[in-house]
Amino acid sequence: MESVTDLTVRQIGRTAGIVMQRPVEVTAASDIGRDLGVDSLTLMNIVMELEDVFELSIPLDRLADVETVGDLAALINELRARA
Amino acid sequence: MGLLDKHLGYRAPLDAIRAVGADPSNVRFDAVLSPTEGMLNGQKVILLGTNNYLGLTFDEACIEASAAAVRQWGTGTTGSRFANGTFAGHLALEQGLAKFYDRKHAMVFTTGYQANLGVISGLVGRGDHLILDADSHASIYDGARLSHSEVIRFRHNDPEDLYKRLKRLGDQPGGRLIVVEGIYSMMGDVAPLKEIVEVKREMGAYLLVDEAHSMGVLGDRGRGLAEAAGVEADVDFIVGTFSKSLGSVGGFVVSDEKDFDLLRIVSRPYMFTASLPPAVVASTLTALKRLEEDSDLRRRLDANARQLFHGLRALGFQMGPQASPIAAVVMPDQATAVGMWNALMANGVYLNLAVPPATPENRSLLRSSVSAAHTPEQIEKVISVFAQLGQDFGLLPKQARQASA
Repeated sequence: MESVTDLTVRQIGRTAGIVMQRPVEVTAASDIGRDLGVDSLTLMNIVMELEDVFELSIPLDRLADVETVGDLAALINELRARA
Repeated sequence: MGLLDKHLGYRAPLDAIRAVGADPSNVRFDAVLSPTEGMLNGQKVILLGTNNYLGLTFDEACIEASAAAVRQWGTGTTGSRFANGTFAGHLALEQGLAKFYDRKHAMVFTTGYQANLGVISGLVGRGDHLILDADSHASIYDGARLSHSEVIRFRHNDPEDLYKRLKRLGDQPGGRLIVVEGIYSMMGDVAPLKEIVEVKREMGAYLLVDEAHSMGVLGDRGRGLAEAAGVEADVDFIVGTFSKSLGSVGGFVVSDEKDFDLLRIVSRPYMFTASLPPAVVASTLTALKRLEEDSDLRRRLDANARQLFHGLRALGFQMGPQASPIAAVVMPDQATAVGMWNALMANGVYLNLAVPPATPENRSLLRSSVSAAHTPEQIEKVISVFAQLGQDFGLLPKQARQASA
């Protein structure tokens, strides 16, 4: 069975693929900038989509600590738990 | 390993652009002849990328006021107003702005960039919510970072999306500040301010409008989009700049907010930088008077904006959604944009090359800004150069040549 984090990671991959208009392979360890080639503006656009997917506010200031897809998944899960 | 190694990813794209011709981030003018003409590489070019909307940079009265001020008050203030004091000109300019906008308070900053930094970081802090249009200027994003507030973006010019995201915040504590721009600097499109105001009222947020590109451009009195949309009473803060329609440098905020004066002792971008030099203050105040008294400037600007926008669109170029002094021509890709931009300069037209990530939707744009000082003949020349180059670059269908050819 997939963990909550695995599901969130998969959703991030799907959403990144939609925003970047190309298939994106992700694991929790994928570095968002280096491995996925996501620049800061694209990351903000991916986050805006994820807010709609998860029906959640993800403040941009929280992205300062996000380097990997796993970091982003952990942030989303933390915010979901709080909501 | 050098400290700048982390930026080496930009090296190849920069070199690729330089290889085609000029470096758009480093255009060197030999001379500026007027608000609409300059010399580049020994050649006269039409200036179409200056944001000099009212063409006041060479206005006789502005130049004289500036020269008188530098003689009387010296070349600089050599410090911040917080520490070194205020000159009469700073006060006169703030009073002039407050009167122009019919607001209780005005505060002047050393640049427009610092105005957004200083106002946003002064208004919201940790635990507050800042809701930004996704296409906001870098100064708004940087102000957001300086504020340490919780930042949420909404889809560009989409009041329903703004409503959804405000609603999503629920009953979380903290103030809410919405930030939008009057005219967006890349595509020249205008915010749907009436609808945004409705959302603001329903959701109980504050609203800040950055009129950097719309002051002196929109509204019967030239106060900007809030005036044109008839919603000034619902706009809590107006931020603007002196470096566009007023032809100098600096920024400001006007408001009726109580305790406004506290901004002067909490806003670090105001407190810890030297204030505007007297010459700049004097020309700005004179330019503000010109803006107020000469509505003909706005009429000419509007006519020029329409001539360029409709002229380029009629040729078949993909443009922004509406005619405004900013006319952006959408290029199919960056290489074509760079090629066209160089060819335009070689044919006597200087405008701005705008490429991702500075542009919405990763577009490559040829961005022009029209001035009231352009003549219809200059605009016509620009359109004819675009027509020729559009064919040369395969962006427009080839016109049948004259029979003699």
